[in-house]
Amino acid sequence: PALGLFLFTIARDPLRIIILIAGAFFWLVSLLLSSLIWFIAVKASDPRDEPLQKGLLIFGVMFSVLLQEAFRFLYYKLLRKAIEGLVALSEDGCSPISIQQMAYVAGVGFGLMSGAFSMINLLADALGPGTVGIHGDSQLYFLTSAFMTMVLIFLHTFWGILFFHGCEHRRWWEIMAVVVMHLAVSGSTFCNPLYVGSLVPSYLLMAAAAVWAYLLSGGSAQNLRRFLLCK
Amino acid sequence: MITFMNNSDSEEEPCNERTSLMSAESPPVPSYQDGLQASEAGELQAHRKRRTGSSRSPNNIADGDVPDSRVPVRESALENEEEELTLKYGAKHVIMLFVPVTLCMIVVVATIKSVRFYTEKNGQLIYTPFSEDTPSVGQRLLNSVLNTIIMISVIVVMTVFLVLLYKYRCYKFIHGWLILSSLMLLFLFTYIYLGEVLKTYNVAMDYPTLFLIIWNFGAVGMICIHWKGPLQLQQAYLIMISALMALVFIKYLPEWSAWVILGAISIYDLMAVLCPKGPLRMLVETAQERNEPIFPALIYSSAMIWTVGMAKPDTAARGPSQQMQDEAEDGRENHRSPSHAESQMSETRSPVPTRPITSFEELEEEERGVKLGLGDFIFYSVLVGKAAATASGDWNTTLACFVAILIGLCLTLLLLAVFKKALPALPISITFGLIFYFSTDNIVRPFMDTLASHQLYI
Repeated sequence: PALGLFLFTIARDPLRIIILIAGAFFWLVSLLLSSLIWFIAVKASDPRDEPLQKGLLIFGVMFSVLLQEAFRFLYYKLLRKAIEGLVALSEDGCSPISIQQMAYVAGVGFGLMSGAFSMINLLADALGPGTVGIHGDSQLYFLTSAFMTMVLIFLHTFWGILFFHGCEHRRWWEIMAVVVMHLAVSGSTFCNPLYVGSLVPSYLLMAAAAVWAYLLSGGSAQNLRRFLLCK
Repeated sequence: MITFMNNSDSEEEPCNERTSLMSAESPPVPSYQDGLQASEAGELQAHRKRRTGSSRSPNNIADGDVPDSRVPVRESALENEEEELTLKYGAKHVIMLFVPVTLCMIVVVATIKSVRFYTEKNGQLIYTPFSEDTPSVGQRLLNSVLNTIIMISVIVVMTVFLVLLYKYRCYKFIHGWLILSSLMLLFLFTYIYLGEVLKTYNVAMDYPTLFLIIWNFGAVGMICIHWKGPLQLQQAYLIMISALMALVFIKYLPEWSAWVILGAISIYDLMAVLCPKGPLRMLVETAQERNEPIFPALIYSSAMIWTVGMAKPDTAARGPSQQMQDEAEDGRENHRSPSHAESQMSETRSPVPTRPITSFEELEEEERGVKLGLGDFIFYSVLVGKAAATASGDWNTTLACFVAILIGLCLTLLLLAVFKKALPALPISITFGLIFYFSTDNIVRPFMDTLASHQLYI
């Protein structure tokens, strides 16, 4: 689905592609920094201490989430400057791309990158021979990973919209909500392999975020009805 | 170098010019067991694609033609328009370059991942004589540095040689060299590549069919690249050539040497293009002085060239004839010329009665695109291919390098728009790529692996 989003909405306009790749890049950098921190922490600690390792991992995850959001903010700042530049350069005084579109594309960029990093090794291994869950792990590993990745990509997209909107209108509570949601989703994955605990809340949160983002982007129940009835 | 070049693209010479001048193409020949003539082939190989391309904005010509009375106002207005157009269409040009670079990388990565041949170590090039199978780390490092020094000096020598040839107008020699090396590339490497791919997929093919296929492929390639041909076909051929070259490099360069070479090449590129005495810069300037296109075959061009007859700039400009003209625009080195400014300007100028177009008969209204040297393609692909081949974090690392290179390319193009002269395309991208490769491989990978094994998501 994310790829579909990409193809239909982004691939047409080169500016959006650039914003997408830049978004992916920012996510990557945030990942790099967070894993650096984790790496240092792990090296500095005792590798045989199981609970400590687990704790460090959790810490790493949380820290990474925070860093991702920080980088989203930085990206927002960069895009603001870019919009000013674009407006100055364009002939008719208005930017060829609006901040909401940028928010959407940035969200997709983040999402794609995070999804790719989560899934791609899995996919590569899935091509090879083997049995899923042979060591007593869940047999639904691949399926749930796929769903989780998809929900995460969508969530990133929506968070992008929400986040930028919050920054635009200076509503701090929106930003905080995004951060909290992200933390919640990541935290819920700690329940894995008890998939009920992680997938269900994530999907619920995604639905909520979707509705919120839709409303923020100017949609309404009426628009939706008209669209569905193809008026 | 990214330049704007109008020249027909002659094949990239397998020589030098990573960025603009690829000197050492791959001298794999020496190490081949079939016993090809090393030196000769090596030389040819070394002749890499040069990124020559000085892009001289046609504005120079254009402005000169505007009648004097209206010159000042016109010029400034035109310039402003130009700038705006440049930056406005900037994104489009970036994408026009993204696509081929991405394609090249995809081809290289796909081949590396599937065909075993390119990851086996079967000897080394003659340009990297020091082996890396040494017991100690220090020794290995020393060997790789020595390899790099040799390689870089070969490239420098080739580049200087080429520049001298160009300066003293030994065009025949250069063309012959280019043709010979592109011949070798098209036929020999394709043969090997095809052979390996067929082996991997266990497809049987008899020699006559193989001969037919390769002959057709090579002949069309030669025509397309050195002479005229549809733009897309030419672009496709150039991409394939770059991919083949990159594959050869990946196979025959030992590990550490490859990374050190990549780093050194970007430094060299930086110096060669920006220093006043740098060979590449001299090449560009010479070409600009003579108003000649730089060698075809060494540059990837993303634009269509419209040949406009003298008589009707307006109507003619509308008809894109996709012929590469061997004419005037010297797009040299990473130059992004204001593309649409051209056509726009021609329109505004059409009411002007006289347009003395002296030396170049047809003033091309080109839809200028950006030109990127083939060496750049090759080195980007080498980076990504090496990441795919040797990284233990497999796809993550490859993906990270890919994004890093694209971002580097973006930044370089941005700088190009700002500075409006030829720029080296390698340094920024390769730096980002290297940083991301090493950091992703060593630091991010354990993190992601642990996350994946617990199925945690960040």
